[in-house]
This record gives sequence, C-alpha cells and structure tokens, in this order.
Amino acid sequence: MRSVAPIVIVVAVLAAVPLVVQSNVTLNFLGVALMIALAGQGWNILGGYGGQYSFGHAAFFGTGAYVTAILQMRYGVNAWPAFALGILGGALVGAVVGALSFRSGLRGSYFALVTLAFAEVLRIVASVAPITGAGVGTLVKLDLRVAALQFESRAIFYWVILALVAVALVVTHLIERSRFGAWLVAVRENEDAAMALGVNATAVKLAAMVISAAITAAAGCFYTQYFLFVDSGIAYGTWMSIEALLVPIIGGVGTLFGPLLGALVVRVLGEAALLVTGGAPGLDLVVFGCVLVLVIGFSPRGLMGGAADIVTWLRKRGARRPAGEAGHG
Amino acid sequence: MAEPLLDVENVTRRFGGLVAVDKVTLAAPQGRITALIGPNGAGKTTLFSMISGFLKPSGGAIRFRGDDITGEPPHRLARRGIARTFQIVQPFAGLSVRDNIRVGAHLRHRARDDAGRVAEEVSREVGLAAMLDRPADTLTIAGRKRLELARALATAPKLLLLDEVLAGLNPSEIREIVPVIRALRDRGITIVMIEHVMQAVMSLAEHVFVLAEGRIIAQGAPAQVAADPAVIEAYLGHGAAARLGAGASDGR
Repeated sequence: MRSVAPIVIVVAVLAAVPLVVQSNVTLNFLGVALMIALAGQGWNILGGYGGQYSFGHAAFFGTGAYVTAILQMRYGVNAWPAFALGILGGALVGAVVGALSFRSGLRGSYFALVTLAFAEVLRIVASVAPITGAGVGTLVKLDLRVAALQFESRAIFYWVILALVAVALVVTHLIERSRFGAWLVAVRENEDAAMALGVNATAVKLAAMVISAAITAAAGCFYTQYFLFVDSGIAYGTWMSIEALLVPIIGGVGTLFGPLLGALVVRVLGEAALLVTGGAPGLDLVVFGCVLVLVIGFSPRGLMGGAADIVTWLRKRGARRPAGEAGHG
Repeated sequence: MAEPLLDVENVTRRFGGLVAVDKVTLAAPQGRITALIGPNGAGKTTLFSMISGFLKPSGGAIRFRGDDITGEPPHRLARRGIARTFQIVQPFAGLSVRDNIRVGAHLRHRARDDAGRVAEEVSREVGLAAMLDRPADTLTIAGRKRLELARALATAPKLLLLDEVLAGLNPSEIREIVPVIRALRDRGITIVMIEHVMQAVMSLAEHVFVLAEGRIIAQGAPAQVAADPAVIEAYLGHGAAARLGAGASDGR
C-alpha cells in the first residue's frame, strides 16, 4: 500500500485544482495537458519500459478517436461503450502492428520507421475513406448529458481525463512490480540475455505494445468526446506521435511520473512561448525542440532522472559534511 | 558412463560458404562437467548458440533428456532447463545486481518476492551477496562473470552451458571461482564449459572434446587429450607435435 502513496498524493492534488481554479481557460489547458500525458503514458510502457521507440503512436490515438466518433455518429452506439470500443480498437491496431514488426524481428530505428509508416498510411486512408468523413472529418453531435459522456462543466471533463491518467499510473505501477515488468525491462536492457533467461521477447514486446496502444487510444477517445470533432490530420497526424514520445522523454523515460511531468512542463512552456510572441505559429514547436535538446544534453533520463541525480548528489554531500566536521573537531 | 543429458548428433552450421561447425557429435553425461576446447574460431561458441537455440543448425539433431530440441527458441529451452552464459558478458547494465538475477529467477517464480529470495540465495552461492544492490555496470570483470553465472543459475537449470566464464580473470580470481563451479556439479547440475584456461579444464572436467575448424578432432580424459599430437598441432601448427617431441628428447 505504501508504494501507491505517491500516486494517490499526485492525483489528489491534481483533482483539487478545479476546486481552486474556476477559469475555463486554465481547466481547458490542463485537461489537454493531461490528455497528452495519457498518450505519453501509453508510449512510455512500450518505449520507456520496453525500449521500443515508436514514432507512430498517432495510429492508436487516431483509432481511439475515430472509433469513438464513428460508432456514435454512424451506428448510433452510446458514447460510453463507444469509448470502451475505441480503446479496444486502438489495442487491436497495436496487436497488428506489433505482431507484424516484432515477429519479423524489427528493432531500433527500423521499428520506429515502421510505426511511423503505419500511422501515415492510416492518416492517408482516413483522409479519403467515406466512413471517416474523408477530408471533412467526423462531427459528434452536441449532447450535454452524462449518458452521452459530455459535460457542460470543464471541471468534470478535467476529472474524467484525470481519472484515466490515474488508471494509467496504477497500470504502470502494477507492471513495474510484476514479472511481466521485469521481463519487459530485461528485453529493453539486453534482448539476447533476456531470451537466454527464458523470456519470450516477442510475446513480451507484443503484450507491451497492446497495453501501450490501449492507453494512448484512450487519449484519442477522450479527444473525440472533448472536442466533438475529429479529422485525419488530428487523429493520425504526426503531431500526436511526436507529443506522445516527447513528453515521456522530457519527463523521464521508463519512470512512473515522467509522462505526466513532461506533459505539464512541455505544455506550460509551449503556452508561455505563444503568449510571449503573441501566438506566432509554430513557435511552441521550436520551444519543444529546445527543451528536448537541453534535456537530452544535460539529463538523458529526463526531468525525473535529473531530479533523482540531484537528490543522490545532495545526500552524498550531506553524508560527507558531518564527517568533515567531525574531522575538524 | 552416466546416461547423456545432452546429445549432439552430426550438427552442422554453415554461414554462406563457410562451414563453422561440421558434423559435430558429442554427449554430455548427467551430473558431469564436460569441457569443449579448441583454438579461436573453431566453432565452439557457434555450437553453444545452437544448443541454446540462438542459432538454428543447418543439419543434424540435438537432444535433451531424450527429446529432440533442434531449432527450438531460447526461451523454450530455458524452460526445459538449459541455461547459458555469454562469452562477452551481457548484463542488464541499467539494473542492480539483484534485479539482474531476479529476471532469471522469474522463469520459475511468478511472485516478485519469491524471485527476490531466489536471487539472494543464488548470489550467496556465487559470492555476489555483498553486491546485490550495486548497479550491474559498476561490477569488475570478475563480478560480471559471476553475475552471468548467477543469472543462469537463477533459472534453476539442469544443464549449464558456460562460455569462457574464466576468460579475463586473474589467477586468484580463477582459484576462487573453480570451487564454485565444482559445487554446482556436486549438487547435480550438468555442465558443459568452453574454456581456454587449461589449468581449470584439467582440474574440473571429466571429459574433454576438442574442436578445430568446426570438427571434433579428439576427445577423452583431460590429460589424454592434452597429450594428443592432433590437439597440439591444432593449437600450435602443423608439425609442432613432432618438434616438441624432439625438443623434449633432446633435453633429456
């Protein structure tokens, strides 16, 4: 129980924010940051713990978004099951992409390129296929009822996405403590050595891919319910693939809170850049790039890793000082 | 002679036009230490890779406890009870020694705590108990070799394939680890070892196979093999046995 305490504290603090802050602009901003964090948490399972760097997590985000929208608008499915099926759809795409790339032994940059290609193919298909509304996109009907998973209050939406982030934190924590997690990290560290110790590397990576895809797809499902509109550029565009890998890398790959921290930092900096420059287009991306360079240059394990290093350094200093004083005495 | 645990029969492996392992037949009897020696490039590690499933043989058959295991993937062989160490140590560098060993222990233990307990037991057996919480990449070469051994042991193997666990160690480190290997044999683990350190081969192995240019050129008790002219020539070149013999009689 002690070990879930940090999750409980972080989620409780974030849950209290709407009680203090009433501004819709702020809640909107934080809600989107949490959505990005969720997408990054998904990426982190596969990329951070499993060491398989995907450049195409938009494939899962977009599938979640489209499935949620299309089921509601074309098949009259209620929003709640549509949301769940969106997650399932994303997981399914993850299983297909994972099976194809891992079974054929793709590693490293080859894997990254293949995932990117899958996301791009889906984007192109979605931009012409009638079922997705092609170039026009799919609009979800405004229906502000709990039964339709739509809320007038930004605060409730904020709590919904926070709840999803909390679930992802718990899932990540359980993986960290499990045999599957130990095997996943072993595959990241050294796939051959892991195999020699009885780890079915392909199966482990595939399972990680499915979980990873499902979490990122949940972010996509949320997007649809929140903005009530999705088109091919939003759903499968490279922006989401980049955000999903950027926030865990900046926050700390393979750490529990890395994606969450990274998303908040990246979003705040991006927003600040837009404010300062009066909304010059693309400038937030420049800021992301600079942050990424700084983090990789100075703290390759991200902000969480950097923080851990500082704590260790302070402890060492703290341990040395009393010894020194004793010497003087 | 005890019944063979591992049976390698006419195994061949080609890389393009190169025949790295050529119709090799050998057996490892239950509960014994069998050594595989030979000059560099003889195909020893390739043979190990085939036995442990990392390479598929181009021909021949490998049997373990009577079952045909030819071409099975490594993780399934590990479950059957075949563990290997790597000649070039492959630690999970970012993890602690404890977590490294635990990965192996998880093969037979689902629960984290059980696997942790096995990791501690194994660490005592190989003399790593004091370093459990150190990051694996801070270990010395001798420490890393022990870690290789510990991880393999944590999978509770019946057959242990040791690929040059003594290479790179100094004489005192070798003297420390030799009894560890002997103790493993004494508790029933069958061992096949690739080794260049002849002093260790002589003191540990009951039976030695000599591989040169992909073929088994000699086998037998260690002393018998070491005196075999074909073996001396494989290591030192054609005619070396005769010259050495002449040198020895001159000196007398």
